[in-house]
Amino acid sequence: MEPLMAYVVGGLYAAAIYMMLRRSIVKLVIGLILLSNAANLLIFTAAGLVRGTPPLIAEGAQVPPPGVADPLPQALVLTAIVIAFGVLAFAVVLIHRAYEIVKADDLDQMKSTDT
Amino acid sequence: MLLAVLSGFLLAAAVPWLYKLLQGRINWALALLPAGLTVYFASFMPEIAAGDQVLVSYNWIPSLDIQLSFLLDGLSLMFALLISGIGTFILLYAGSYLHGDRDLPKFYIFILAFMASMLGLVLSNNLISLFVFWELTSITSYMLIGYHHEQLKSRKSALQGLLVTVGGGMALMAGLILMGSVAGTYEISEILNNGDVIRDSGLYTGILILILIGTFSKSAQVPLHFWLPNAMAAPTPVSAYLHSATMVKAGVYLLARLNPSLGETELWHTILPLFGALTMFTGMFLAYRSTEIKKILAYTTLMALGTLTMLIGIGTELAIGAAMTFLLAHALYKASLFLVAGSLDHSTGTKDITKMGGLARIMPITTYAAILAALSMAGIAPLFGFIAKEMLFEAVLESNYLTSFLLVLTVATAMLGVAIGGVIALRPFFGARKETPSKPHEAPFAMWIGPATLATLGLLCGLLPFLPERGILSAAVTSVYGEYESFYLTLWHGFNLPLMLSIASIAVGVLLFFGWDAIRARLLWLDKVFAYGPERGYEKALDGMNWTAQWQTRVLQNGYLRYYLLTILATLIGLVGYTLFTGYEPRLLFDFVGVQFIEAVIAILIVLAAVVAATTHSRLGAVVSVGVVGFGVALVYVLFSAPDLGITQVLVETLTVLLLVLVLFRLPEFLDLSSTAARMRDAVVAVAVGSLFTLLLLTATELQLHDPISQFFVENSEPEGHGRNIVNVILVDFRALDTLGEIFVLALAAIGVYAMIKFRAEEYKK
Repeated sequence: MEPLMAYVVGGLYAAAIYMMLRRSIVKLVIGLILLSNAANLLIFTAAGLVRGTPPLIAEGAQVPPPGVADPLPQALVLTAIVIAFGVLAFAVVLIHRAYEIVKADDLDQMKSTDT
Repeated sequence: MLLAVLSGFLLAAAVPWLYKLLQGRINWALALLPAGLTVYFASFMPEIAAGDQVLVSYNWIPSLDIQLSFLLDGLSLMFALLISGIGTFILLYAGSYLHGDRDLPKFYIFILAFMASMLGLVLSNNLISLFVFWELTSITSYMLIGYHHEQLKSRKSALQGLLVTVGGGMALMAGLILMGSVAGTYEISEILNNGDVIRDSGLYTGILILILIGTFSKSAQVPLHFWLPNAMAAPTPVSAYLHSATMVKAGVYLLARLNPSLGETELWHTILPLFGALTMFTGMFLAYRSTEIKKILAYTTLMALGTLTMLIGIGTELAIGAAMTFLLAHALYKASLFLVAGSLDHSTGTKDITKMGGLARIMPITTYAAILAALSMAGIAPLFGFIAKEMLFEAVLESNYLTSFLLVLTVATAMLGVAIGGVIALRPFFGARKETPSKPHEAPFAMWIGPATLATLGLLCGLLPFLPERGILSAAVTSVYGEYESFYLTLWHGFNLPLMLSIASIAVGVLLFFGWDAIRARLLWLDKVFAYGPERGYEKALDGMNWTAQWQTRVLQNGYLRYYLLTILATLIGLVGYTLFTGYEPRLLFDFVGVQFIEAVIAILIVLAAVVAATTHSRLGAVVSVGVVGFGVALVYVLFSAPDLGITQVLVETLTVLLLVLVLFRLPEFLDLSSTAARMRDAVVAVAVGSLFTLLLLTATELQLHDPISQFFVENSEPEGHGRNIVNVILVDFRALDTLGEIFVLALAAIGVYAMIKFRAEEYKK
């Protein structure tokens, strides 16, 4: 399964980078969302994928059954998802605010700080 | 000893309070410190003259073999006495010279800090602490040259002095560190004892050249001499102190100090006399062409620095003796002359020597000091300068390298020196009275005591040469040269070649003195040639640096987000790609065995949705596609044993889509702003980055560089963390602090969002 996911990650990265290189600020936001998904999947996949064995311990047991999924990358990705959302919310409101003032969707018109 | 060195800094810190307390009379109080230091150092004289050394050491950074250690031997004692002794008069003088200046407290702070740095420099017994004090003198002198900071010229000169000396300081630091590592110690007293190790090492040439760059820049040797005359923008007491007696001699001091370990090689015997002699003659020649009294003195200082470098380079017993004698004589007469120049300027309102005349009757004491000091500079018997000059001639005649070249320049310099000495001693004071911008008057006590005392000392040393010889000079020669046989000072050396040269130079000098105005006028055309001198190189270099900075800023800080991104991505592809292809064997795998149908569908869905999001012209279409990508990723998490991630992703994705729908529709339509070519370029970059990550992931999944640390969490989750969901335990227990940080970031983002929305609302209300 990992090889397939590698292509998915590559595709997501390509789409994200392409969107981030656009001059339109709205497209930049779309690119940002795709980028965070791509990065999360990258870390998740790199740890190895296993089906149907979540890192949970049965009641009464001390350790989970052998071959359980690696919990550490999951913890990292969980943090990353939440942080990415925080950044996104901030960016979206910031862009909205900038648009109200500059009245431009074009990043090139936001180049100068003296408005 | 430590207290003696640092007391200047301590007193400098106390100046603001003292100034409030004492106002205009503060100079008398402050002068007590250098006066006390002079007495303190003088009390070592018998001990040092008997051949002893005083070594004090404090641990500073023991792990790096850096000690705050001080060495008091003949050489450092002579410098310490000059610094504190002349410093006393300078402080007294400055209080009167700068009377009423609003920045006066600042001046005292800088000059005291400078004095302390200078003392630290000459007393340091550790290369690193010596370097620290060396740089401190550069910085404090920058402050002092730029004292009249509201004047452009002053600021420029200060910066020039700083850049040249600190630039040289960089080379010096490299040289000192190399020397320390070759010698295996940074303690100067130990380095001096194993000079052979340094001379025989392959790094000797490098060490010598680096150290010479440092010392030449500090001591203003040709071609780095141009900053010194410009530094005359400083108030006169500063020029008298820094640019005659102390700071510029730091380079000479270091050369003399390191003579036992670096000297006595062919390279040393050629480079030093060559540059020294050139500086000596250039300085004197330029002095002869100037009419501004401070400029004349600045150029003659160049002459003195060149002479000292030359003598140290010649390095024979006689030359070192001459160097030490000349150093003392020069410090006495030059400080005195600078102070006289300040008094003249203060009293007449002009610095131009051709505009002064007949001041002898009005300023008798200043005249007395000026004549004695100037004659000492000219090398006329029975002043101390005469003895120094006789020894200089003898040393040059005896030198083993470049003898005739040095002799010609030395004699020519001596001739010009006589003329200049005459000009300074006679022109302002005799002849017809000339109208000056302000009405001349005798300098006040605080301003004549210094020059008069120093000039009288010059006469005393000449008449009773055994006093300086026994007192300090023989000890200084010992520390530079080692054991000597026949060093002694006397006015009368008998009818020999040096005396003949002296007489000849006086004769020609007198002619040059009378022809001063005429010859100077004839030499005016040289100005055009000098416009292409080394100073122009300095300016060009400065312009070049500015241009490079501007160019670099234009290229790197262009203001376009996409170019920043492209730069970052290109670097990423370059570095990661290079590592990947050289260190590992990346290859494309199409090994889809075992992929279940549903997984394949989800994978294809994610990629398709991403492509749609990147190409659609509809905002809603893009938002929906992003939503599809997000939920698809959530499904991947769920399928591959990460239920927590799946839940979080679903929640976050829902919120994201809602947020986008709410906000994006208040933004304008999607626009196609880029040209086709730009889009093609971006597509290529995007595909390159995507491929890179695919390859990276394919390689990474097959690779196990270290054992995973997850096993710890898996094993300890239930026993230690008392939780059965291992991911949760990691987040809230093992790595709880990270999670706290995350919460903090979210809270900050929330505050930011709230502030931006709130701000807008209030703006609308207006």
